[in-house]
Amino acid sequence: MRKKDYSDKVFEVILKLSAAISLSIVILLVLVLIKHSFLSIKTFKLRFFINTVWDPVFEKFGALPFIYGTLLTSFLALVISVPISISIALFLSEFAERKLKEFLSVVITLLAAIPSVIYGLWGIFVLAPIMRNYVGPILQKFFGFLPFFQGNIYGLDYLSASVVLSIMITPTISSISKELFDAVPKNLKEAALALGATKYEMIKISVLKTTKVGIIAAILLGLGRAIGETMAVTMIIGNIPNISLSLFSSGATLASVIANEFAEATEDLYLSSLYYIGLVLFLVTLILNIISKFLIKHLSKTK
Amino acid sequence: MNRKLKDKIFRFIIYISVCVVVFVFLFITIYVVYKGFSSINLDFFIRLPKPVGEKGGGMVNAIVGSFMIVCLAALFSVPLSILTGIYLSEYKNEKFANVVRSALEILSGVPSIIIGIFVYGLVVVPMKRFSLLAGSIALSIIMLPLIAKTTEEMLNMIPLSIKEAGLALGLKKWKVVFYILLNTAKPGVLTGILLSLARVFGETAPLLFTSFGNRFWHRSILEPAAALPLQIFVYAIAPYDDWNRQAWAGAFVLIVLVCILIFLSRRLILKYK
Repeated sequence: MRKKDYSDKVFEVILKLSAAISLSIVILLVLVLIKHSFLSIKTFKLRFFINTVWDPVFEKFGALPFIYGTLLTSFLALVISVPISISIALFLSEFAERKLKEFLSVVITLLAAIPSVIYGLWGIFVLAPIMRNYVGPILQKFFGFLPFFQGNIYGLDYLSASVVLSIMITPTISSISKELFDAVPKNLKEAALALGATKYEMIKISVLKTTKVGIIAAILLGLGRAIGETMAVTMIIGNIPNISLSLFSSGATLASVIANEFAEATEDLYLSSLYYIGLVLFLVTLILNIISKFLIKHLSKTK
Repeated sequence: MNRKLKDKIFRFIIYISVCVVVFVFLFITIYVVYKGFSSINLDFFIRLPKPVGEKGGGMVNAIVGSFMIVCLAALFSVPLSILTGIYLSEYKNEKFANVVRSALEILSGVPSIIIGIFVYGLVVVPMKRFSLLAGSIALSIIMLPLIAKTTEEMLNMIPLSIKEAGLALGLKKWKVVFYILLNTAKPGVLTGILLSLARVFGETAPLLFTSFGNRFWHRSILEPAAALPLQIFVYAIAPYDDWNRQAWAGAFVLIVLVCILIFLSRRLILKYK
């Protein structure tokens, strides 16, 4: 009799082991975040989220300035980016000819591939002076009566950070939306056109209406990217824990405070509070991702 | 409002948006290339950084450091991710496969700074030192979900008949997977690896508290090491003109490297289509 060959059994074990290692990395990630933030969670509990003072010298740690900065910059980035991204996606799927389409897809791919630190570099030396010398004063001249556009303009502020973020999330939102628009059945579009609809009306009735849920998912994914984006924001936002209505004031975000202060956090409670912020950031992006994945799955099921 | 007019305005908005994005893209890339090209010199590639405040010097340690960190990361990540990808494709209906798949999906959405502080707690704290090794581990974790996912998708695209033909010949399953399936999926998997390399080459946030940076040569992988994106970051926010100049030179080199990787991956896709 031939010797029994166990190679397939070994193969199966190796595959399962690899998958188990991959899984354990994710579990470890959560455990490490919880373990290191435990001291801060125990000390501040949920007050952490409403406390406005972040003062490492007196060991007072509240995350509200960073939550505020994160929400404000991400929201502004969405306001700028969503209309543009959806236009780009519509252009790619409904308007462009092949050559132009290819060119624009390369542009979008490269925009997504430019490292965050280069966006930051460009932000410091190119965008910030433009904002300080041209855009800021113009906004102040016309809208200066609003509280959002008051105070001195430094260039390294919420507004500049939001602009850079909006550039960075445009590839995410537009490429997902484009796929959604491409998947709309042709007969839906042709039916609208055959009834005499203009292209605008056709897109409104046949394309945007049927992909509504998917667009929301794409926007949420973009939001997740904006919230987690670190380097570019750290370099541009000015890094002052601050809650101010004016878009011309410096601030900080959840991600930027970690990048900026983690290396100098020598006290246990200080480091732990930064891990606490990391945990919050992790959970927020996790929830956003889960919701958008759910929406996309839901969308493909109803079809 | 007139229907035709509405349509015109709509088209106008779309064209403007396209112009804005193309303009911004050209503005950034041309500026980086122009600034970088005028800042770069031979010293940049062959010299160590000069002491603070002194002019001149280069980033040779950061360039070598970046390559070492990324290569080591690929060494850790590629085998594990491919095996995980094979598992997800071969046992796709197992409950455990679904758990692993969801976990990797979560991992791919985690902001890279979080990976940085995770590896700080996991590797740097127990070893009591920043190290090149820790940086590689951080980058390998970022690569893991990307490569595993592409491997899984590429394997799933192969028609079942090819696999069955192999099995019908009496080949062992592992031979079918490695010699037939993985071979068929190779261009796709390689593309995935190249794209993930392009992504981690520019990553800064996960290296801040792991490989940390170094103004001198690292003598082993257990020492803190400089990396190109880290050095760009430090030089960009420093108040010295010469450092800012070198940051632009670094950005230029980084963007060229990323573009080469993306170009290679595109070539690979086209070649096998």
